[in-house]
Amino acid sequence: MVLKNFLSTRWGIIGVGAFIGVLAPLLQKLGNPGNMGICVACFERDIAGAIGIHRAAVVQYMRPEIIGFVLGSLIAAYIFKEFRSRTGSAPIVRFVLGAFAMIGALVFLGCPWRALLRFAAGDGNAILGLLGLIGGIWIGTFFLKGGYNLGRTEKTYTSVGWLLPLIMLGFFILMLIFPQIKGEAQNGILFYSLKGPGAMHAPVIISLIVGLAIGFLAQRSRFCTMGAFRDLILFRQAHLFTGLFALVVFAFITNLIVGQFHPGFVKQPVAHTMQVWNFGGMVLAGLAFALAGGCPGRQLFLAGEGDSDAAVFVLGMIVGAGFAHNFGLASSPKGVGPHGIAAVIIGLLVCLFIGFTMRKK
Amino acid sequence: MSTIVDAGGLSCPQPVLMTLDKIKEIQKGEIIVKVDMDTSKENVSRAAESQGWDVADIQKDGEGYQLTIKKE
Repeated sequence: MVLKNFLSTRWGIIGVGAFIGVLAPLLQKLGNPGNMGICVACFERDIAGAIGIHRAAVVQYMRPEIIGFVLGSLIAAYIFKEFRSRTGSAPIVRFVLGAFAMIGALVFLGCPWRALLRFAAGDGNAILGLLGLIGGIWIGTFFLKGGYNLGRTEKTYTSVGWLLPLIMLGFFILMLIFPQIKGEAQNGILFYSLKGPGAMHAPVIISLIVGLAIGFLAQRSRFCTMGAFRDLILFRQAHLFTGLFALVVFAFITNLIVGQFHPGFVKQPVAHTMQVWNFGGMVLAGLAFALAGGCPGRQLFLAGEGDSDAAVFVLGMIVGAGFAHNFGLASSPKGVGPHGIAAVIIGLLVCLFIGFTMRKK
Repeated sequence: MSTIVDAGGLSCPQPVLMTLDKIKEIQKGEIIVKVDMDTSKENVSRAAESQGWDVADIQKDGEGYQLTIKKE
């Protein structure tokens, strides 16, 4: 007990937020897409593309950052004896929430992390996304106060908690067996983008190392963007929020230094200006994250420390990305997809159904 | 006689919500909170302290923890 977990203190979480805030714009500098140094939703969507769950040619890449997040968290959890294999808190609900969270995020074009990074790079459209995110989480807090609860987990075989980390390891091995070949859209079973965001990436080894480092630190600090707003609204508690705030401040400073700060609304990278749906997409995503107990990054870190329900949420997001592109739900810089609006409305109805019916009296 | 809040198997924010509800209900005294994750242990401690309660004791309880929080 003497050795307190420094990273879970006020300065710890601020340090982790700052660390992510500096590294994300640097990953962009090293090749990742515009204002997308790190985006959990976009990168999981790219992974879905790499394995052919959708065939949108511009967003196919096996992102090592995501793999690193899960494995870094796994390593931290083992070193600090926090790995607890657990399961059974309504996995199917988490799958559905993950799928709709992804759809909402892809209508906006980014997860909460990317919303913050876009904002810190001057993209004004991100303000609407962030407001939507806060709105969605705010709705979620009413359900939480009203007794919404997906039930208790049970301790289970250690190997259950290993499955998602092993899937991620498998993805990485596939990437080593079938690496990207310049000018080729496919190598073996993996798809690669020749143009668009999927073609833009930092060197594999750097992406992996940064992913591992962030996964490690985020597991220790419990960094969560949804939790940041939720705790502020629900308990007036600013602990996690200070981490989020540090991320924005340090990303802003880093963007200024490396020349990636471009204030404005139009012609922002991988962004659209249909503000109602920037807002609406993130209301859906925020509500889904709140009902599932974590932002997409946090779900990866939880999956790394043995939470197999969070792992199911992650798989739901990857499958949701498939639906988002196959059904024309995802937005593009031109605006929302042909069925994006319908999907947001259906997603909100599904979340409300979950929130209203899964309450302990 | 202390009141027990069993938040085993629940992830945040549930353990915190349950603890705060109990704090509101009994106002002062002693509450034993059972959690099974380090994250919950930290969150419950932080929440209790923010309400002016002391974290008097933290015991290992199987795979989890048993926190004793107090307010005179």
